[in-house]
Amino acid sequence: MSIRLENVFYIYGKGTKEETCALKKINLTIEKNEFVGIIGHTGSGKSTLLRLLNGLERATEGSVYYNGKNIYDKDFSMKTLRGKVGLVFQYPEHQLFEETVIKDVQFGPANMGMTPLETELFAFQALKDVGIGEELIDVSPFLLSGGQKRRVALAGVLAMKPEVLALDEPVAGLDPEGKENIFALLKRLQKERDLTILFVSHSMEDIAEYADRVIVMNQGEIVLDGEPHKVFRYQKELGQIGLDVPVSAKIANSLREKGFAIPGDCITVDETADAVIRWYQDRKRGAV
Amino acid sequence: MIRDITIGQYYAADSPIHRLDARVKIVVTLVYMVSLFTFQDFAGYAAAILFFGIVLALSKVPFSYIMRGLKPVLFILLLTGMLNLFWTPGKEIFAWGVVAVTWEGIRKMIYITLRLALLILGASIMTFTTTPNQLTAGLERLLRPLKIFRVPVHEVAMMMSIALRFIPILVEETDRIMKAQAARGADFESGNAFQRMKSMLPVLVPLFVSAIRRAGELALAMDSRCYHGGEGRTKMYPLRYRGRDIFGYLCCLVYIAALAVTVRISPF
Repeated sequence: MSIRLENVFYIYGKGTKEETCALKKINLTIEKNEFVGIIGHTGSGKSTLLRLLNGLERATEGSVYYNGKNIYDKDFSMKTLRGKVGLVFQYPEHQLFEETVIKDVQFGPANMGMTPLETELFAFQALKDVGIGEELIDVSPFLLSGGQKRRVALAGVLAMKPEVLALDEPVAGLDPEGKENIFALLKRLQKERDLTILFVSHSMEDIAEYADRVIVMNQGEIVLDGEPHKVFRYQKELGQIGLDVPVSAKIANSLREKGFAIPGDCITVDETADAVIRWYQDRKRGAV
Repeated sequence: MIRDITIGQYYAADSPIHRLDARVKIVVTLVYMVSLFTFQDFAGYAAAILFFGIVLALSKVPFSYIMRGLKPVLFILLLTGMLNLFWTPGKEIFAWGVVAVTWEGIRKMIYITLRLALLILGASIMTFTTTPNQLTAGLERLLRPLKIFRVPVHEVAMMMSIALRFIPILVEETDRIMKAQAARGADFESGNAFQRMKSMLPVLVPLFVSAIRRAGELALAMDSRCYHGGEGRTKMYPLRYRGRDIFGYLCCLVYIAALAVTVRISPF
């Protein structure tokens, strides 16, 4: 599995006076099993980028390749692509509509043309994966809690057996526990089911904690792309486009500036805490 | 599709028409629409088109923009045009079975289609140049005399402005939900009429749920800001007639006078 974008432009309202370029000359390759975080300001083109990946929006210029095949070719099946690249919208729980949880989760696989048996099997499996117990499968989705609804909605996409999961702000509006649950689930899916995961986020902390690769977008362009430890070294450059580094990285950086011997690649809470403890122990040993 | 509906859309610009008091625009639009039914000949249409053209040019709304408003009613325009073309008795040009094309038919087709188009265009130019808020404020003020008959004028105006305010939100929401369901493989285009109607269910249910949720939230927000209906409520921008508004009414009078002079006003 690989997704490749070549010289992709996306222009809204072409020919009108509100013409805006949402994406400018995007070149990007996503490899199998990556866990990619996308950050950027509101209107930087993050969500548009996600929607290009499953053909929901069509690039004004340029091509998108899925497994080396151009998705804009006439004989390419968009429907299959939608199943392979599962797109989870922001607040996906707002799209629940069926009478029962299980029926809603079956909507996707049934649309993909799977047999009723497969549909049911995959729906059960997806619900189990997201941690929705059997006692809830025949309940109306509108009676569930916010966190449960979101997991059901996620299951609705997972039941299509996608190879890639692209999520637009998957944890927006969730409490810390619900947030951790979702990310733990995504990590598990990446490892156990070999999924490739892309997610858009506004939280530098989430990116630092979970992503293996960060893509920073600004005004429709990719400005930085790489491993989080490397990307978050550009604190000044990120500041210039109105973005920030994780709080833990900031603490580590200001400690270092004050003359503490803290290494320069601390971006998560654990890394910074470990570095501070190590510094403290070294000092104690030195004092003894 | 939904985006083609231009009635109720606002085109932001700074023009003499935009600056007019909403009441002037409502009254003149109504007068103009009624005036379209008072004539049946070339001179009348010329005057009506000229008046519309001047207003359009002053309003800075692009011609292509306003013409888009005719798209949803194109079918009705064509149908009425055709009916008049083929079923008007008179001097035949050629006949074919039960239908016959007559000179009178051609004339009537052009006139009727023009009249319908001008009706819609006249109404759209008002909504293009007036924000929904101004429109309801104007309407509220114009209908104030009805209060004597215990008509809840303020409440009706408030409901109208809320409804108008929610149109773009719901259009956007529909678009989002349709895309989200399409991401789960939903297909809205293929199949017969019944199947297509059924395929809208995954869109309509979430749309209604969200509309009801939004309505509840709005009611709560209004309540927490102590909204209690129209009793004793004052306006942040009270409507006041200025010189240009009087001039607007005068222009309308000139139009009516011109119509009366150039056209023998006939009942039909």
